Amino acid sequence: MSAQAVDHVSLLPLYAAAGTAVLVLIAELAVGRLAAVAGSLALGGLATAVCAIVAGGSRRGTFCTGAACSWVPSPLAAVAAVVFAGLTVGVLALAVPALRLGTAPPGEFCFLLACSLTGGVTVGYAGDLITLIVGLETLTLPLYVLVGLRRFAPRERVTTAAASASITFLVISVVSTAIALLGAALNYAATGALHLSVLVDAIGPVRPVAAVGAALLVIGLAFKVAAVPLHAWAPPTYEGAPLPVAAYLSTASKLGGVLALAAVVSRLDAGSVTAVLAVLTMTIGNLVALRQTRMVRLLAWSSIAQAGYILAALAVGGAGVWAAAAYAVFFMVLEFIAFAAVVALRAPGADGGEIVNYRGAGRRSPWRGAALVLALAGLAGLPPGLAGLFAKVTIVDVLIDEGWGWLAGVVALNAVVALAYYVRVAATLYASAPRVGIAVADPELLEAAANPRRPVPLPVAAALVGGALVAVVLGFAPQLLFDALS
Amino acid sequence: MTTFFRVALVAVLVLPALGAAVVALLPARLDRSARIVATAFAALTLLPIAALPFTRVAGGPWFSSSLAVRPWTEVDVPWVPALAVEFHLGVDGVSYPLIALTGLLTLLCCGYTVGKVPDGGSGRTLAALLLVLEVGILGTFLALDLVLFFLFFEVVLLPMYAVIAGWGGADRRRAARKFVLYTLFGSVLLLLGVMTVVTAAGTGDLGALSGGAGLSRTTQCVAFVLLAVAFAVKAPLWPLHTWLPDAHTEAPTVGSVILAGVLLKMGTYGLIRIGVGVAPLGAAWAAPVLGVLAAAAILAGALICLRQTELKRLIAYSSVGHMGFVLLGIATLTVTGLQAALLGNVAHGLITGLLFFLAGAVKDRAHTGELADLGGLRESAPRLAGVLGFAAIASLGLPGLAGFWGEAFAVVAATRRGGPLWLTLAVLAAIGGALTAAYFLRLLRRVTHGPATPAVLGLRPVIAGPEWFAWAPLAVLTLAVGVAPALVLAATATPMLALTGALP
Repeated sequence: MSAQAVDHVSLLPLYAAAGTAVLVLIAELAVGRLAAVAGSLALGGLATAVCAIVAGGSRRGTFCTGAACSWVPSPLAAVAAVVFAGLTVGVLALAVPALRLGTAPPGEFCFLLACSLTGGVTVGYAGDLITLIVGLETLTLPLYVLVGLRRFAPRERVTTAAASASITFLVISVVSTAIALLGAALNYAATGALHLSVLVDAIGPVRPVAAVGAALLVIGLAFKVAAVPLHAWAPPTYEGAPLPVAAYLSTASKLGGVLALAAVVSRLDAGSVTAVLAVLTMTIGNLVALRQTRMVRLLAWSSIAQAGYILAALAVGGAGVWAAAAYAVFFMVLEFIAFAAVVALRAPGADGGEIVNYRGAGRRSPWRGAALVLALAGLAGLPPGLAGLFAKVTIVDVLIDEGWGWLAGVVALNAVVALAYYVRVAATLYASAPRVGIAVADPELLEAAANPRRPVPLPVAAALVGGALVAVVLGFAPQLLFDALS
Repeated sequence: MTTFFRVALVAVLVLPALGAAVVALLPARLDRSARIVATAFAALTLLPIAALPFTRVAGGPWFSSSLAVRPWTEVDVPWVPALAVEFHLGVDGVSYPLIALTGLLTLLCCGYTVGKVPDGGSGRTLAALLLVLEVGILGTFLALDLVLFFLFFEVVLLPMYAVIAGWGGADRRRAARKFVLYTLFGSVLLLLGVMTVVTAAGTGDLGALSGGAGLSRTTQCVAFVLLAVAFAVKAPLWPLHTWLPDAHTEAPTVGSVILAGVLLKMGTYGLIRIGVGVAPLGAAWAAPVLGVLAAAAILAGALICLRQTELKRLIAYSSVGHMGFVLLGIATLTVTGLQAALLGNVAHGLITGLLFFLAGAVKDRAHTGELADLGGLRESAPRLAGVLGFAAIASLGLPGLAGFWGEAFAVVAATRRGGPLWLTLAVLAAIGGALTAAYFLRLLRRVTHGPATPAVLGLRPVIAGPEWFAWAPLAVLTLAVGVAPALVLAATATPMLALTGALP
């Protein structure tokens, strides 16, 4: 038996991502300064993106047994790797002001983020269920720590919010992984298939076992995208986590779940389970979001609802994967801008706060306000957030094309419900100064005095501008993304 | 020469967009200059618009006459091939009057803001939003691709929300929210309808789709229902009109003018161009229902107006009635009816635009819009009362003024259609027309005649320059269109013949 040939070029993105983690570790040991650690993570993230583009999506798979491979480059995998790398660098930029304050140890923070990136890259390229689940766990495992990683200054009030958020996340996630593994095992027992390329629906007497396996697999993975009724962990976890980590959870971590689900539902018949999850997720996510008064909770519920739209495209099966992927990428960009704008509007290290705290913020800081409005409009699927509009069009297009018109109708009605809360936040940004009980000569002056102008830290500004640029470019030339995905 | 006209076509959209960006970027201390710059851009936009009709003479592409969409000039570039979206713009006799109206009303509104900025926000932001609205509305009228049409249709949503919520009256937040949610509900139905057509036909090109080419009867019926409800929300057609009175009452004057003048026309234009154009079998199938609803809208609008006690609210409800006549014209699916609808669109835009300007002027001066508190305006401000009288009489459809043709010929078309249903509808619409006269005369009696009330006695009778600037063109055009309706209808006969030719 000859040694297995390994195509190292197609493994380049993984090498780059894993190398980044090692580089960060060394930088932390050797230099130990924030600039060095964060710099090496940013550099490694960029290298990962470049490697993914260089390696491309058309190479043959590697680690093969026969025709089935465990590492399968595809256009989707390459795009996902680039998005993961971009989000990692972006989240790092958002975290820099907090890291400067010392709310978290920079070395650990950057190392864990790099590990998570490695897991994300693996999920995209995974060619069998074990690699997929291991990748997903590698993506999630560092996040348990990141959510709870919070140091307090000597005089600061110590809260356990982050720790309890971390525990919630850990417990739910472990259970969901167990369910997904059970599903994979049942499916393997029934069909003997682990590689995604040979994953098929079973026939004959083992069919019920395989069907249960497929359903369990979908349900286990649906935890990761916080699909209703498996969503309860998301709002408290986002709320308890530091803002940049919440941004990572609602974008990169969710993308991992979407990729895993796409790999499964495009081969196994799980359309009805996925459709039910989709309808529940978008409807309940939107309805509950209507009642939220805290910024991060609102974004959490809205991101649950957005996952519902992605699930709707996945319910179609293989034909819906590119639409789901396109929607996911558009959504990641817009969601990242929303979080970046929130970080920019708040004090370094602060949480998202109440929505009423943002009253008039758009008038005081027009550029940051405009970025948040761009993101919210995009999430609602309206111009000026053209990227979001094309995302909605893509989903509705594929649903109607594949004969799922009723689901397209549900998506459309949900878009109307969603606009109600997006518009509420956007209007709050530009609302005039509130009337106070006592007589004040000029409420505007009082408001300005109560909200001193805070300059945006450079890394945050760069992340915000970068995200907005990507959103604008994708809005006017969505074909760039569609080309990259096919 | 064709290159020149293509540039002009794109410039119609690019100039206001550029203007909006420039105005929004000007610093706050240059607020007044920014508003003047916005007016300049709105005026510049009129130049390419004015150039467009000459393309007919210059000889644009000449397709076979069976096509309902035969643009004078067009631009067609692939944009998003994955979704079959083309950046396909074109202008023809059906869309041109509305394009000209949009350009004119935006210029007038921008000019109006130079003189007076409503309370609430900065004037330059308002002017920039007006220009963004213009881009959306013009794009909707120019689009010859279904998805592109939908895209531009959506562009106006948030800016209009911002105009109402930012510069409106006391209850503006609620009214704006109602407006945006209601119209988004219409838009998502439009998206479903558009996608149903695009996936069934494999193209979104309006030229290729005209006459319902290649669509089965079921698809056409489903698509027409989705599209008709979507456009009925925008137009608005009774019983989907309830967002309109609140939005109009709370919106600032310029917002009301744009909303009534051209935004509502996106609904009726869409119904003609896309509803009837793409799904003629569906249109023929649903026409009786549409006709009944239109007649109900005329009567409901008129009866509600008779009970209104607030000036802007009354004019808002009168729009429901007027748009009912337009929809009745469309529902007849005859050349006369469709032409009446096109004419009614333009006439309503001119007259109601003028009425909202005047209502705003009265409210600004008297600080109240309640009819009970107004009275005797002709004694304290004879000129204002005179213009108001002219606009009201034009709106009630006096022959010789613009309002007459659209409404009279909608009734004529329904009569010609024959049969008990359409005759009944024609009679009901005619009764509604009489009621329209009744409530406008009631309005005049309350506001201009009678003893002067305290609120009116103290008002400033002088009409400022910006006000004349905004009103005069509308009054002149109301008269011109009334005397020579061919100004609007000149180039509509062929497209309308082709459109009705595709009907079963």
